[in-house]
Amino acid sequence: MDPGYRGALKPTGGSSAWHKRRPLELRETLVSYAFLLPALAFFGVFVVYPILVGVFTSFFDYTMRKFDFVGLDNYIRLFGDKIFLKSMKNTILLVAGAVPMVVIFSVFISSTIYQKSPLVRSLFRGVFYLPVVTGTVSVTVVWKWIFDPFSGVLNWVLQSAGLTDQPIMWLGDRRYALWAILAVLFTTSIGQPVVLYTAALGNLDKSQIEAAEIDGASDWQVFRYVKWPGMMPTTLYVAVITTINSFQCFSLIQLLTSGGPNYNTSTVMYLLYERAFKLMQFGYANAMGVVLAVVIGIISILQFRVFGSNVEY
Amino acid sequence: MSSSRRGKRRSTGDALAMVFLCLLSVVFIFPFYWVITGGFKDQRLTIQLPPQWFPVKPTLSNYVRLFDNSAGVWLLNSVFTSLTAMLLVCGVSVPAGYVLAKKRFHGRSMIFAMFVAAMALPKQVILVPLVRLVSSWGFHNTLAAVILPAVGWPFGIFLIKQFSQTIPGEILEAAKIDGCSELRTLMHIVVPMVKPGIGALAIFTFINTWNDYFMQLIMLNSRSRLTLPLGVATMQQEFATNYGVLMAGATLAALPILIVFFVFQQYFTQGITMGSVKG
Repeated sequence: MDPGYRGALKPTGGSSAWHKRRPLELRETLVSYAFLLPALAFFGVFVVYPILVGVFTSFFDYTMRKFDFVGLDNYIRLFGDKIFLKSMKNTILLVAGAVPMVVIFSVFISSTIYQKSPLVRSLFRGVFYLPVVTGTVSVTVVWKWIFDPFSGVLNWVLQSAGLTDQPIMWLGDRRYALWAILAVLFTTSIGQPVVLYTAALGNLDKSQIEAAEIDGASDWQVFRYVKWPGMMPTTLYVAVITTINSFQCFSLIQLLTSGGPNYNTSTVMYLLYERAFKLMQFGYANAMGVVLAVVIGIISILQFRVFGSNVEY
Repeated sequence: MSSSRRGKRRSTGDALAMVFLCLLSVVFIFPFYWVITGGFKDQRLTIQLPPQWFPVKPTLSNYVRLFDNSAGVWLLNSVFTSLTAMLLVCGVSVPAGYVLAKKRFHGRSMIFAMFVAAMALPKQVILVPLVRLVSSWGFHNTLAAVILPAVGWPFGIFLIKQFSQTIPGEILEAAKIDGCSELRTLMHIVVPMVKPGIGALAIFTFINTWNDYFMQLIMLNSRSRLTLPLGVATMQQEFATNYGVLMAGATLAALPILIVFFVFQQYFTQGITMGSVKG
């Protein structure tokens, strides 16, 4: 969960004008690098170097025993791998389900709570943040029980209400398992967007809203034509982080279904883990990681195009 | 439309929305309530239907069993890992974020762009090489294997930069004229002024490291080296349906961070919004 790289996309302006006014002092540069050194060292060793190695080894048949150059073979193999394609499909379904759900619900929740008293506001924010704070492991312990076909509360409620007479295998039936994952993913994803939208609503231009109301705009029109466009930067950010988080969805799947039944809840991230750390196919897993990064990159760029058209940086 | 009609319609709509919100809150609170109370129920009662909504005869047996299962060591491991990562991340990010916000030097935009690009990259892509690297240093299956990669992640630098931008340049200028050394400026002017940012970063890092199940799963494997969430997850596989012990474990794993979160909630929400709103 990385709240906040979006703000960084605005150009770090001003520095070129600076150059013209006076030359950069050598001392200033040296001091800056001294202060950056620890950060750069950690970043270089634990991020840059692994990226380079990861991309490089994705062109190798790389296992415990072998390290043979195979060119694009891993990538070609990926697109003929039924399990990979299934996992990619599941991943995209999760993203396509989670992103709109998170945006709609968090806009709704924050619109409802933002004009309430600070106590009520922070109470609700706390409630929706709860699953984020408590962590996936704690969250899945209960959800596993809720979905349990025989001793779980969900089937009990449905059976008591007469909606079903057969216990439903929520996590074991391929018709339902991915939906169950999506539901839990939703509860763990909404906390941060609620906080962000509540803050964004507070920052909107009040005079514009009042002017629209005086002109006789309905509540819906005020929302649609004044508030919603004003929240666009937040929506862009929320869409991007929810996309990235859903793409990386791993622990929920590992703990709830282990990708089953028959890979019906496997995601690319889960498959990557399985291939790398259970089957020790390092090169193949790295190729999967590269494809995953490229897909996330493309989707993020598309989101900037769609939501970011009227966002100023 | 007359203002009274608007007012009336708005209040009805608002009341309906609040009712819906309260119902939704139940979905979010119930699991949490269930985990806490479940930890105090006898094993048999946790899977009984209809559910026993409240532990009528509370028992500590689940907790006893948990601590027989080295939960104490796991708890210490989690605390140590999260605290160390928190200190290192703050120590590395504060000077870096400050210079990126306030100093002009060659390569500044490039370095910043690099950090930002890394934040957008899914961390798991670098996973296999990271594990190999850490193993080659002999760090596999040690807490350092979880802590050090967490320090390499540049989100903290970004957050501190956002907060540092609010420091007025005149103050830094004045300190320089007074002959204040760079390190002194950092410690006595910058640090106090970005305190809310450091607070937010500290809490973020603590909670994220505590809950970084993925890294812990991959890096740690011997029983005495597990962290608390990982230990509970392992038990989830071992005692498949012993919900009593599992719920006690889930409570224990969540409680410390919940306390941290509620005590510092103010810093936390400030950090979330600062991290995303353009600064």
